[in-house]
Amino acid sequence: MAAKTLTVDGRQISAENHTTILQAATDAGIKIPTLCHLDGVYDVGACRLCLVEVKGTTKLLSACTTRVYEGMEVTTNSERLQKYRRMTLELLFAERNHTCAVCVANGHCELQALACELGMDHVRYDYCSPKWGVDATHPFLGMDHNRCILCTRCVRTCWHIEGAGTKNVAGRGTKSYIINDLNEPWGESETCTSCAKCVLSCPTGALFHKGATVGEMERDRSKLAFIVNAREKKQWVV
Amino acid sequence: MGRLKLATVWFGGCAGCHMSFLDLDEFLIEVAGQIDLVYSPIVDCKEYPEGVDVALLEGAICNEDNLELLHKIRARTKVLVSFGDCAVTGNVPAIRNQLGPDNTTNVLQCAYIDNAQENRRLPTHDGIVPALLARVVPVHEVVPVEHYLPGCPPPADRIKAVLTQILAGKPPHLEGAQLKFG
Amino acid sequence: MTLLDLEQIKDKEIAGRKKIVLRCCLAAGCTSSDSKNVKARLDQAVVAAGLQDQVEVRGVGCMKLCCDGPLVQVDPANTLYIKVTADSTPSIIAALSGGKSDLPQGDPQAAFFTKQLSIVLANSGVIDPERIEDYIAADGYLALHHALTEMEPRGVVEAVVQSGLRGRGGAGFPTGLKWSTVAKSPGAKKYIICNADEGDPGAFMDRSVLESDPHAVLEGMAVAAYAVGADQGFIYVRAEYPLAISRLQIAIKQAKRIGLLGMGVFESPFNFNIDLRIGAGAFVCGEETALMASVEGKRGTPRPRPPFPAERGLWDCPTLINNVETFANIPAIMRRGAEWFASIGTEKSKGTKVFALAGKIKNTGLIEVPMGTPLRTIVEEMGGGAPGGGAIKAVQTGGPSGGCIPAQHLDTPVDYESLTKLGSIMGSGGMIVMDETTNMVDVARYFLEFCMDESCGKCVPCRTGTVQMHHFLEKILAKKATARDLTHLEELCDMVRNTSLCGLGQNAPNPVQSTLRFFRHEYDALLQPELHSGGNGVAQPQPLAGAK
Repeated sequence: MAAKTLTVDGRQISAENHTTILQAATDAGIKIPTLCHLDGVYDVGACRLCLVEVKGTTKLLSACTTRVYEGMEVTTNSERLQKYRRMTLELLFAERNHTCAVCVANGHCELQALACELGMDHVRYDYCSPKWGVDATHPFLGMDHNRCILCTRCVRTCWHIEGAGTKNVAGRGTKSYIINDLNEPWGESETCTSCAKCVLSCPTGALFHKGATVGEMERDRSKLAFIVNAREKKQWVV
Repeated sequence: MGRLKLATVWFGGCAGCHMSFLDLDEFLIEVAGQIDLVYSPIVDCKEYPEGVDVALLEGAICNEDNLELLHKIRARTKVLVSFGDCAVTGNVPAIRNQLGPDNTTNVLQCAYIDNAQENRRLPTHDGIVPALLARVVPVHEVVPVEHYLPGCPPPADRIKAVLTQILAGKPPHLEGAQLKFG
Repeated sequence: MTLLDLEQIKDKEIAGRKKIVLRCCLAAGCTSSDSKNVKARLDQAVVAAGLQDQVEVRGVGCMKLCCDGPLVQVDPANTLYIKVTADSTPSIIAALSGGKSDLPQGDPQAAFFTKQLSIVLANSGVIDPERIEDYIAADGYLALHHALTEMEPRGVVEAVVQSGLRGRGGAGFPTGLKWSTVAKSPGAKKYIICNADEGDPGAFMDRSVLESDPHAVLEGMAVAAYAVGADQGFIYVRAEYPLAISRLQIAIKQAKRIGLLGMGVFESPFNFNIDLRIGAGAFVCGEETALMASVEGKRGTPRPRPPFPAERGLWDCPTLINNVETFANIPAIMRRGAEWFASIGTEKSKGTKVFALAGKIKNTGLIEVPMGTPLRTIVEEMGGGAPGGGAIKAVQTGGPSGGCIPAQHLDTPVDYESLTKLGSIMGSGGMIVMDETTNMVDVARYFLEFCMDESCGKCVPCRTGTVQMHHFLEKILAKKATARDLTHLEELCDMVRNTSLCGLGQNAPNPVQSTLRFFRHEYDALLQPELHSGGNGVAQPQPLAGAK
């Protein structure tokens, strides 16, 4: 069967076979919050914001990695899910040093925007205030680990859109961090093509163009989707 | 009902939130008819009074003076509002926490020696710099807080929205863009 | 290799046996207390006494009573020497010819041994794990022959289904169901993986099986490969187990050499190779999807399921992953039949389970008991209770993701369902006993710290939720927390359990939740009163001394 019908938040919608719950809901105009999802690269289900309830299972499923099936009944915004999402955001804000007021991405940040959207007016956990550095060795790009939420969008973009394979994850647990090549300074990377697609992909101000100051870090993410679409479907539509 | 006793307090912050408060312009006149401003950086009052209804607290809790005053305020105030990002999150003052909990001397070192242009020396006389806390913390990490008013600074209309709701006897509620940090 | 060849090896091996056998434990526990040297000195002493025609000194795998190692058992006299030193070896040999030995001895008739039922550990401590002939003499590889020559792959799967065997890695998923899913999954290439990434603190069941009877695992894997249609197997074993790795390497080489692995096993069209993959020390690589990523050479992080490995596993091919102990059960099931196996244990949990007994208990070591054996039998009768006779407070099962079962529930039968009901899990078989001196909040903190350190960092709740949970526990232990903090902690437990990507995160709250369930008073006793009425009264930040 080419199409499936399913119920999302009480609404009957149809979706193409093999699409994810997230795609199906987005197509139907139902918004599910995400952070690690990025149009154009594969999904990893890491941020857990898009978790939804599916009738028939007690487990919460990530909408970005779960495929639709006929007759599926999905709830995207129960009280419980809202509570978990808010906690997820609080955990992210407490994990590193997200000081919106002095961030290049202030006003253009998906983390900040989600906090507004989900009503996070304060963080109940103690801030971890870790000491993370800034890699400013690249001639015109920069990485501030303090603002990184480890969504790995830059890693996936680097490998699967640019094909350079520069970015990667090192370390474990909360001490994980994004590296270039085998943990070399970005400016010394031999594989980085300086395409800056990683900067386009970053949801926060962790990756930035040097010289950008507070609130200046705007991005046109449709460029990424454009490249992927052009490559996969041979359609050069802006 | 009597006039609402309002206090505004300035802890570790840049006073930008108070500047924004003054940006309320003519609304200040309107509010003045309904409240008594009993304690504020713009009021000549040395001791935080008893029986305050609402206090807007600007700034993070950075030193022992902040801490002592905050406990007094909590004991004497019905409703506390964390006013601005420093009070809500620690914000810029809390950046020094990255130097580690035992590094108060490093903070002073950083400010008075490493980054000083001249007169490089640590303040040594009592009463010049109050003892710093190990960590700069948001207000609600020390005492219970009723409401949160984020923003760096919160724009005047956001402050107005909160004050209007409080004056109308409702618990203030902000949502969407009104909750934006930074 | 034919059945005849196999029988010849067996006959020759048995015919060559000597009258007296001294079994000397050469598993990791005893070797760490010098048993290699003990074995060498026993060999010398036998020669010195001129007894080499009558006495064989055999290096064997784990003899289970690890706390009293190095162990030497004399057959057929059934004498068990404990805490043997190199210097005491001449006296052991002297005792063989009627001399009296006053060396410390264990009691082979103690409950620790007699209450055991050995299936997985049947060869452990009996055969020389580095000699395939010894394994064959114990009817090794007969099961594989039987499967290959007398059964259809479907029949093998059916037998495993009938046996009621469930995965011994922790979750207890029905093994037969898993096998049949892989068998039915379409695909020309399929893989078998043996998960030997045992990482729970205090657990050493799989290590002992690999060190003591590696061929049983290889044989189990070969049977599985035949049943599901795979021709390549991997054993993912952690680098921290060098002895297990070396014995596996020896075993694979021996099996290949005589045609029990490789091309045309038992001269049938069945091909099966096994390669080792050495883990680099990440606990999360015991999670099957992370393990597969690691085998593929990627960063070992889990991915969401479905798709399950049975449909899309290694390099997107159908893959069967079972734990060491699960595979080690297979030869016995094939040899003795599914009905025999299903007759052991409880209604829903069949067979036996191996446990590593550790903590505040007299007899630490390895035990294998029928499913459904009451915890009390294990802890009090077999384990001998707490050393010094103190009261036992709780038993922790299931490793860092498990839970603490309080003393009042010691009569619980050990099976998958009963342990889950008490908020713990069977897990892979670690069993840590705690006595009355143990601080349960500290226990929770310890295990949570383990999970926090071992989180792979991929999903938010596990990566940073555990950090905050740990922080709350530290705060409680430092007597700086209030009831409000405890509420936050409980909320986080619920959130991390329900939103984490893999089992490591989902079960990380177990130690906290299970200690809260049974020992909440210990938490309450550490809480501070609220600083301000009606508020959240979080502890005050402490000013730094001397910061003027």
